[in-house]
Amino acid sequence: MLSKRIIPCLDIKDGITVKGTNFLGLKEAGDPVELAYEYAQTGADELVFLDITATVEQRKTLVELVRRISKVINIPFTVGGGIKSVNDVAVLLNSGADKVSINSSAVSNPELITQIANEFGSQCVVVAIDTKTIANIATVHTHGGRNPTKKETFIWAKEIQERGGGEILLTSMDHDGCKQGFALEITSLLSKNLNIPVIASGGAGNEVHFKDVFEIASADAALAASIFHFKEIQIPILKKYLSENNIAVRTL
Amino acid sequence: MSIALIKYNAGNTFSVLNALERIGVFPVLTDNPEEILNAEKVIFPGVGEASSAMEYLKSRELDKVITSLKVPVLGICIGLQLMCQHSEENNTDCMSLMNVKVKKFPQKSGKIPQIGWNTIENFKSELFKDIPNESYVYYVHSFAAEISPYTIAESNYGLKYSAALKKDNFYAVQFHTEKSGKVGEKILENFIKYC
Repeated sequence: MLSKRIIPCLDIKDGITVKGTNFLGLKEAGDPVELAYEYAQTGADELVFLDITATVEQRKTLVELVRRISKVINIPFTVGGGIKSVNDVAVLLNSGADKVSINSSAVSNPELITQIANEFGSQCVVVAIDTKTIANIATVHTHGGRNPTKKETFIWAKEIQERGGGEILLTSMDHDGCKQGFALEITSLLSKNLNIPVIASGGAGNEVHFKDVFEIASADAALAASIFHFKEIQIPILKKYLSENNIAVRTL
Repeated sequence: MSIALIKYNAGNTFSVLNALERIGVFPVLTDNPEEILNAEKVIFPGVGEASSAMEYLKSRELDKVITSLKVPVLGICIGLQLMCQHSEENNTDCMSLMNVKVKKFPQKSGKIPQIGWNTIENFKSELFKDIPNESYVYYVHSFAAEISPYTIAESNYGLKYSAALKKDNFYAVQFHTEKSGKVGEKILENFIKYC
């Protein structure tokens, strides 16, 4: 049986891991390669690296980091942040990334999703959506959540699927960093109505939150950052709990 | 031991190379027919789409090189599918090393592609020596090889399909053994040591 995936996310700035609260207030959390290795050893199913300050000069640092990560870890990983073209994708995939994650650039240029899918296959295109509720409507935000758009989250998600996106990484800005649980309603809406996997992100605070997002919202995977980095939840313990609650997870 | 990793347009050779290096194996990454024909073992990886991968192999006559090999060969993912007779993906005639058809998952399987970790079972080859039944491996695919006399491991995604195939010196796995954690590394090691 296909298992539910647990995905630690590492936000990278200048080559080190950082994690903020509500997209602000960055706090240091260690060496990404070391963390990645530890996660792979303790049962993470996949990893996501987001370069949150991707600029042209830092690009080389990121590529070098991707190379180092791919040598060390034996599970799939996704790299995101500042990807604007098919060429950016080629560089990351050729350095050992399995998938790339695009966000703002997909909103401003939806054709990019199709181009990447045609060139490298849908399986490597993760489209990230930062969603925030404005006047009762789940609305897409870009640029690290700073800019609201006119797009409704569900409609955008359907377009992503039609354009060849392979997976959706859905982050609820209303929940991110609050540790009060994932956004069950919007995650459920997307996961139950789309034919591509939905990775829920934002709001994980304890084991029950993961159980709920899989059981109630039918998420295919759940992503979290700080609770893993600061060891508030250990992946083996989380998986044991989910397994005891009849949720299929990979155990080592 | 000289091991050739076939270099072609279907993507993930770098990941396979890294996985092999992690278990202490240093292959030659090559699309040179002579180097492939002289290797003691050959690995044929891949991510991508069947017809364009097949086109690429044909244009360099690598299909002829692969089918003529007498040493152990391991196909991975699209590598498995290209060893079969035919794939429904863009109606592609493959290398026909095994009389097996590759079909698209039906809707009842769930989301397509299947992305993530699924279990393997019912092992019939030394390729799975010391691998516990129902171990998890990492899959990304929309098409799968039907169960056949060549099936040496099975998985289930709405229906049973071949997780791995073997005929004579040709071995193949549908999952990404290079991304399947310790289990995947053990399977690669088994291929190097026991196949």
